Order: sequence, then structure tokens, then C-alpha cells
Amino acid sequence: MLGPFNKEGIALNRDTNIATDLELDSLAVMDLLAAIEDEFDISVPLNILPDLETIGQMADAVEAIVQEKN
Amino acid sequence: MDLFDKFSPLIRDRDALFSDGGPVPTAICMDELVSQTVAIIDGRETILAGTNNYLGLTFDPRSVEAAEEALKAGGTGTTGSRNCNGTYSGHRTLEAKLAEFYGTQSAMVFSTGYQANLAMLSTLAGPKDYILIDADCHASIYDGCKLGNATVIRFRHNDPVDLEKRLRRLGDDCNKLIVVEGLYSMLGDIAPLDEFVAVKSRVPNSYILVDEAHSLGVMGETGRGAAQYFGVGDQVDFIVGTFSKSVGTIGGFCVSNHPEFEILRLVCRPYMFTASLPPSVVASATTALDIIRTTPNLRDKLWNNANRLYRGLSNAGFKLGAPVSPVVAVKVPSLEIAFAFWRSLVESGVYVNLMVPPATPQNWYLLRCSLCAAHTAEQIDTITGVFIKIAGEFGLLEESAGNGVNGKTVSINGTHPSVADAKRASRRRAGGAAAATG
Repeated sequence: MLGPFNKEGIALNRDTNIATDLELDSLAVMDLLAAIEDEFDISVPLNILPDLETIGQMADAVEAIVQEKN
Repeated sequence: MDLFDKFSPLIRDRDALFSDGGPVPTAICMDELVSQTVAIIDGRETILAGTNNYLGLTFDPRSVEAAEEALKAGGTGTTGSRNCNGTYSGHRTLEAKLAEFYGTQSAMVFSTGYQANLAMLSTLAGPKDYILIDADCHASIYDGCKLGNATVIRFRHNDPVDLEKRLRRLGDDCNKLIVVEGLYSMLGDIAPLDEFVAVKSRVPNSYILVDEAHSLGVMGETGRGAAQYFGVGDQVDFIVGTFSKSVGTIGGFCVSNHPEFEILRLVCRPYMFTASLPPSVVASATTALDIIRTTPNLRDKLWNNANRLYRGLSNAGFKLGAPVSPVVAVKVPSLEIAFAFWRSLVESGVYVNLMVPPATPQNWYLLRCSLCAAHTAEQIDTITGVFIKIAGEFGLLEESAGNGVNGKTVSINGTHPSVADAKRASRRRAGGAAAATG
């Protein structure tokens, strides 16, 4: 899913920083959230954005929302 | 270690771009206003094509006279908030005038449009409620969401299908406030409000707030805005707007038919903890609303001017942001070209707004023109001519002429946009966004 957002084609892992490594600006991060919402059929509030710095944190947040839903 | 360390990258960028002594986009100073459409900037007579003075009412003699009388009668300021000694009879008159203008039960006046959005968004939706905002909403809407405690979900720009999908995910048993704008200020694209209110009516416990900041006075038979244009004003729960664009002064408002609307005066912090508008501003806003309602001719002139500029620029091969509207946004390929182009415009006596990411959708670089009913055909043709001349110097038109939806094949009939145009545009934008993010 991160493919289209990984413009530089860098290696990704849990510690990859969304802003500094992937170089996503705030608008791109919000677009990524929209894509995640549709992929997993969940609602991801913008409110949690400030707490998500790495891919791992984002994955954990999505996992928690999916768990809560089921 | 310094508090300002965090601004270092921005300071570096600013100095790299702006330190050569040429015009700076954020530091333009109008030394003298010659008219609604002409100012002296750096000693140069300059056509203003970037203001939000859509109807040219800033110098209307009736508004000026009303302001002068109120200034003499009521003084330079109220020195109080609305709830403590800051409500004069003029504020009440203005609120009654707004309710009459919109045909609503209630109206609340704020000290700026920014504060109106801060107030409504932070207060209407509480901790258990949801706000669904169009992705391209104005900063004041994002900031209002931040000030409040609701959960905020973003939906794809001008895409009612995407909105409905996200509303359904939240379920029926919670309050959901949908927030859109009538006319978006960056590209000049119009929201398909008939489709949005239809979505709202299908999903239980949902409400819709429309920010008509750029459409008040500009759209609709009596100038109420985009909701009136689409014939859905009575299905919109809250309309927010500003006096700082077509009304020609400063201030903000919200109108509604909700039976308990008045309670907001006791809970909206951006309403309670700031000084009320000075009497002169209140008087000119009240007068301008009457002018807007009773002078459809101003809207016709504005749309004629918009058509003239749009046609001139699109025929020349410029890529424009949206179908014709009083905001005509010219896309340019990079920050460097945008900035140099903007400087050439200013140095040629044409002022427009330079708009860059993150303020713009999809990271576009824009030279944003805003039309005024008071522009003459000669001024519009001068603006068009200067754009073409500079684009020629930059070699921009050769590669883009005839390409894309805004190329030479576009034809514009009539002075107002058709509903079909607005819908086509919204689909195009929505499709583009989906392709970029899917």
C-alpha cells in the first residue's frame, strides 16, 4: 500500500519515519490514511495523526482500530 | 538552543527566495488605494486581480456613509465581548438582517470569518460526535476541528459517494457533522451541494454545515451562495460566512433554523472571549447585505468578467484549476517558475495571489486571480495580455497549448456555471485524487 507513497523507493521497516524518511508532507499522510481506511474498511480519525511518526506506529494504530471493530 | 530553532529550515528557504530585494509575496504593501481595482504598489499603479472584493463594495458610497454615521454615533470600538457590554443595537440589527437575508430563524455574528469556523466546529460536535470534512476545506475549518473534541474524518474532495461510504462506516447511532465549502478558494471549484444534502438526508443523525465564504454574494439569485444556487438552502443545517469578501468589510457569521441555536452564544469560546465588531464595520456590513440582495446586476458583471478572463487565458493555452468561476487559478509547473512569474506580473502592474503547497490541493503551484464586478473589460484584457507576454518569456505556452480539459476546445456559454459543469468538475477532481492516492 505504501508503494505509491514511496517516491524514492527506500527500504521500509517498522522504524521508517513517515515524515523524515518517506518524506510525506501532512497532505500526503492524510491521503495515505484515506487509502488505509478504504483498504481495511475502517475509520481512521485525523486526531491520531500527531502520534504516528513511524510505519510501525501507524500499523499498530490500524491494527487496534480493526480489532475494536471486530 | 533557541525557541526559534524549529523555524530554521523555513528561515533558510525564505532567505534563499526573498533576499534579493525584489517583490515578496507575503510582504506586498499597498501604499494607496486608487479604487476597488487599482492600488499603488512600490510606486507603480497596479491592477488588483487577487483580492476577495468580488462585488467591489469596499468603496460603495452607501456602505461608507453608513459606517461614517455609526463611527460618529458609536465610537471607534465596543471595548467589550458580545456577552459583556459589546452588543450594540447595530449588532442586533445586523443579525436580524442576516436572518432575513438567508430566510433563517437565527443568526450569530462573529468578529471574523475565521472565528466563526473555529466557534462552530469546536462547539457543535462534542467528544462523542464526528466531523466529516472535505479534504480541501480551508485552514479555519481544520483549526476549528483541532480546537474541539470531536473525532475528525476526512473525505475525498467534492466526492459525495466517498462521503457516504465514510458516514456509513460510522454507523447510525452517532451525531455526524458534514462540513463543505460552497466555492473553494484555491481552484474556484464548486461543491455539488444537491448531492451532498441528498447523502445527508439518507444517513440518520447527520447534519451539514456549508461555508459560503467565497460564494456569498457571488452565487444564487439573491446572493445567498452555492446552497441557494443548487436550490437546497432549506436543507442545509448551518451556513457559515464572512463579511471580508463580497460584503467588503470584516466579520463572520452563522445562520441556522435549529430551534436551540441561540444557546451557542453561551458556549462558543471564539464568540465569548473576543471583542465584538466596531459599530462602523457592523453598519457597513448591514448596508452591503441589502445591496447584495437587491443588485443581481453586480453578480452578472462579476461572472461576465470571470468568463472574459477565463476564456482569454484558456484560449491562450494556460492550464486552469477548475471550470469558470470568479476564482481563476492558473497552474504553473514549479515553485521557481511560479515565483518568477508572479514577480513579473507585479512588476508589470498586475497583482494576483501566489499560492503554493501545503495551502494548495495536490501540491499545485498556482497564480490565483480573483475577479471583481468593478473590473473593466480593458483591465481584464490587460491582465490576460500580461499573462500571455510573461508566459511567452518563460516558454510556458508552447508545450501546454491545446492540452487537457482547459485547452483551446473549452467553450463557455452563458454567464453562470451550469450544475452539470460543477458536477463534471467535481468528478474529474475526485477521480484525479483517487488515482493519485489509490
